[in-house]
Amino acid sequence: MSTLLVAPFVAPLLAAAIGLLTRSWRGVQRTVTGVLMLVVLGSGVGLVIATRDGAAVATRVGDWPSGLAIPFAADGLSAIMVVATSAMALLALVFAAANGEDEHQLFHPLVAVLLAGVFGSFLTADLFNLFVTFEVMLIGSYVLLTLRGGGAQVRAGTLYVTVNLLASTLFVLGIALVYGTAGTVNFADLAGITEQVPTSLVGFGVIFTAVSVKAGLVPLHGWLPRTYTTCGPAVTVLFSALLTKAGVYVLLRLSSLVLGPDVTWRPLLLGVAVLTMVVGVLGAVGRGDMRGILTFHMVSQVGYLVLPLGIWSVAGITAGLFYLVQYVLVKGALLIVAGTVERLTGTGVLSELGGLGRSRPWLMVAFVVPALALAGLPPSSGFLGKVLLLRAAFDDAHWVAGAAIVLVSLFTLLSMVKIFTGVFWGAPTAATSAVPRRRPAVPVVAGGSGDTVPAHLEPEAPTARDAELSRWRMAGMVGPALLIAALTLVIGVVGQSLIELIEPAARTLIDPTPYLEAVRSA
Amino acid sequence: MTAAIIVGMLAAGGTYLILQRGIVRMALGFVLLGHAATTLLVASGGVARRAVPFIGAEGDLADPLPQAFALTAIVISFGITAFLLTLAFHGRDVLGHDDVEASVDEVPPIDRDAQEGGR
Repeated sequence: MSTLLVAPFVAPLLAAAIGLLTRSWRGVQRTVTGVLMLVVLGSGVGLVIATRDGAAVATRVGDWPSGLAIPFAADGLSAIMVVATSAMALLALVFAAANGEDEHQLFHPLVAVLLAGVFGSFLTADLFNLFVTFEVMLIGSYVLLTLRGGGAQVRAGTLYVTVNLLASTLFVLGIALVYGTAGTVNFADLAGITEQVPTSLVGFGVIFTAVSVKAGLVPLHGWLPRTYTTCGPAVTVLFSALLTKAGVYVLLRLSSLVLGPDVTWRPLLLGVAVLTMVVGVLGAVGRGDMRGILTFHMVSQVGYLVLPLGIWSVAGITAGLFYLVQYVLVKGALLIVAGTVERLTGTGVLSELGGLGRSRPWLMVAFVVPALALAGLPPSSGFLGKVLLLRAAFDDAHWVAGAAIVLVSLFTLLSMVKIFTGVFWGAPTAATSAVPRRRPAVPVVAGGSGDTVPAHLEPEAPTARDAELSRWRMAGMVGPALLIAALTLVIGVVGQSLIELIEPAARTLIDPTPYLEAVRSA
Repeated sequence: MTAAIIVGMLAAGGTYLILQRGIVRMALGFVLLGHAATTLLVASGGVARRAVPFIGAEGDLADPLPQAFALTAIVISFGITAFLLTLAFHGRDVLGHDDVEASVDEVPPIDRDAQEGGR
């Protein structure tokens, strides 16, 4: 069991080392990353099986005595997070390879470091170790964000690094305050500590604020849409699947351990969640480029994901976790489509695009199904997630939150329709008519693709855009999105089994006794 | 009490510097804030009321765990500060300035030939 717990953290670090040593051979790097993802996914599935009845498992690294050892632990929440995020990361890496984004020799090692940090955060049971794994994750993301080294990347990178460095400093200050008052950083000993030592709540407040920055909660969200649009498309997919989700996970975990049944702070957290939903979706409607809209939507969706912090009931957390699992995949698919469109046409600006649905029907399908899921229309998984959230909100008489869930969905649909009409509908534009049709028999616009191709959106991209992407590369780019589209519909129809898997995890969050027992007796 | 004053002064200076526009000043601000955090970590082990945690030292020893925390935090913040400074250095080449508030249109990249001719 301890192997399963530690593997998602250790394997990526090992893969990063191998990837650095073999940085001249991309084939080796890809194989190592592929094996790594299978190992992590396998351990995640193993953890889900081990924790499926609301149980929890834990281990002490190096067999040091309890209190000195670094504990790793997993309950249903951790296990489900590992599986959902590693599945999406695997698909994102397929997309990255097809898109040629992994040509930089540091790409694979950096992704491995990022993964180590994320999975470490999901599995650690120690507040200071959580800070360290967060930093591991952030350091990987800092370099990935600025890897292309252009002006836009440097500007975005500066913003991203400063905001996150400030949040990290706050995190350390919070840990110091908690340790100074509570005298421990072990999750098992911190549970319910605020009742014995009320002053430790100050430290936890600081930590909550720091983690809220990383999760992208309003009003601490400003950095997210401004930075995620500047990196490579596949990196955006990876960040979307991993970074904010780690923040949401920590908020849920701390809420379970520290606040517990305490209802004093729940209205505040609910208010922040609703505000995040509303502000994010309004920002998204106002943007005019595909990735801009989708990244602002991330803010809005984080609001949905942290609704359970305010609706702290089994139904609320089950709904939130179900929503999270399907959302990680759905948003990944949408960003993959956005990246493919940018790759094909050289732009993501809606006014320069149009008519892509006629030349690339499968790309349109890969967009429409996840878009409907994001908006929450049946029979997609998003519909089920939103109905569950709505029911949980109304059960506890949170009328405003319930209304927000519905209204924000309408605006989400609006912005998805905006992308659809801008990119896939209407007459082809200069940018999209240069895209070769799937059947070469149909004549391409006169003059050939060479001179009608507009300046590439990212001139510093590693390779020049080849208008004729090979069939295999297109399959690698659109394939993951189509797979998720199909999965979305399947989950939407037979979601009950997934809900039954998630519900015990939600119970363990409400009553973390199994988790605490496991950490104590490890 | 001494620790509290030190943390307060470092945090005040760090906050002031972070609010500046140049990246180098911000990096220095983060160095100060990092020191504030480190000092607070060490203080949380109860240094003021206990003896140094050396083997063979007399009396009530200070908790060594926060000192390990502090060491880790120093290493991490050192690494990230170095990265931030590299970014500032690279940004001077790419953007021609290190003003984080300037939008792309406001401050165009300096024409390097003209700049070198003016020197």
